[in-house]
Amino acid sequence: MIETKDLKKGFGDKTVINGVTTTFNSGQCNLIIGTSGSGKTVLMKCLVGLFEPDEGSIIYDGRNFTEMTEEERKLLRQQIGMLFQGSALFDSQTVQQNVMFPLDMFTTLTYKQKLKKVNETLERVNLKDANHKFPSEISGGMKKRVGIARAIVLNPKFLFCDEPNSGLDPQTSLLIDKLIHEITVEYKITTVINTHDMNSVMEIGDHILYMYQGEKEWEGNKKEIIYSKNQKLNEFIFASEFLQDAKQMRMIEIEKGEK
Amino acid sequence: MGVFAHFGRYLLMLKGMFSKPENMKMYWKEFMRQCNDIGLGSLGIVAIISVFMGAVSAVQTAYQLVSPIIPQATIAQIVRDTVILEFAPTLICIVLAGVVGSKIASELGNMRVSEQIDALEIMGINTRAYLIAPKVIAAMLTIPMLVIFAAVLGIIGGRVAGSAAGIIAPSVFDKGLLQNFKAYNVVVAVVKGYAFAFVISTIPSYFGYYVEGGALEIGKASTRSVVVSCIALLGMDYLVSALLLQ
Repeated sequence: MIETKDLKKGFGDKTVINGVTTTFNSGQCNLIIGTSGSGKTVLMKCLVGLFEPDEGSIIYDGRNFTEMTEEERKLLRQQIGMLFQGSALFDSQTVQQNVMFPLDMFTTLTYKQKLKKVNETLERVNLKDANHKFPSEISGGMKKRVGIARAIVLNPKFLFCDEPNSGLDPQTSLLIDKLIHEITVEYKITTVINTHDMNSVMEIGDHILYMYQGEKEWEGNKKEIIYSKNQKLNEFIFASEFLQDAKQMRMIEIEKGEK
Repeated sequence: MGVFAHFGRYLLMLKGMFSKPENMKMYWKEFMRQCNDIGLGSLGIVAIISVFMGAVSAVQTAYQLVSPIIPQATIAQIVRDTVILEFAPTLICIVLAGVVGSKIASELGNMRVSEQIDALEIMGINTRAYLIAPKVIAAMLTIPMLVIFAAVLGIIGGRVAGSAAGIIAPSVFDKGLLQNFKAYNVVVAVVKGYAFAFVISTIPSYFGYYVEGGALEIGKASTRSVVVSCIALLGMDYLVSALLLQ
């Protein structure tokens, strides 16, 4: 579980995150949504320690991340996996080497044991026969899978995904969402996803945080978002007529399901 | 960002390179990769430039020494000393600032822009120690060797060119090489090699590591790193010469 308490972050005179207090539960996909410039990415970068918050605290399973020493942070970071928007795979390394990298760096396993673990992880993300390919030789969807494999190979307790569906077709996006959700539930990981994709919101949004101009505007789950009366949220989520129709249909589906 | 702010951040980057490696084996692997890239990767260009540098130096020295009272062996002495003291360290390192420096800046810049550095940071790896320190140590190890290699090839180039152009016979050249030879000059060349290696590896690392933006900025950072490295190199050349050749 990750908690943020009154988190604030600014750059110069501009406040980008203003007093965000929330809880990201384990075994759930926690989605951060919001328009561009609403502070989603900065919030995520604060959570993983790439940015230092100006005020407030970030608590990982009861341990205050903001007050940790660099050594303590290093140890905690070994329990964190992150999938980047562009996958951030190491260009000069093959798929196998990319996934094996955290094992090489932080474990004392033998090569055979590491290879076994890598193959198991690649199989878990439905990626086979790609071990010896370089990132430039595989598709965007495959890169995301490799990114996920590298993020989970050390069995992290916390998984962060920055725009996991960006640049992917809808079908592949759904597969990646499904995969992240399965992994989250299977390994009881606290997953935090930064997304613009409304399909993801409706499919895997166990907990959704809507950010507006650096503040927490709304919080709930995928069911509650349909019935939310929050005007800003509705304008953001159901921006087009198509999405408004989809919302109506989903409401009917939910009501039928409840009957 | 002002010059002092850049310099301060550069010093902080250098300070950040010193930390306990997360896994010594991985750091060693990275160090060896850098030795291969910086040292062996530059061997070809260094060899070509050195031979021609020595050859041109021999021909031009002969052209200027027209007096019959100056012995021909003097050409060899001048070639030897200019190659050892100036051409091999400075000219070669200016070329290396372009070849190695731009490679370091663009490699790190690309890693920064494509979030590979962030990925390493999140894994709990000190990226300055893992990515920059092996480059600096590899450069400090291989560049002085390249300087010595360049000096030897430069002198051989001068000898071959002098003989081929009928300027100076190889035996006279060899005799001249041994006249008034000061081993201290080689020490100066090696000191210059170490100083330049530090400049060539740390300045492009700084520009690459802190790049912001996209592909265009990587190109700009790479160019800027070469320009700043060359200026710093010339400044360092003067400083070392002034300090050691009094």
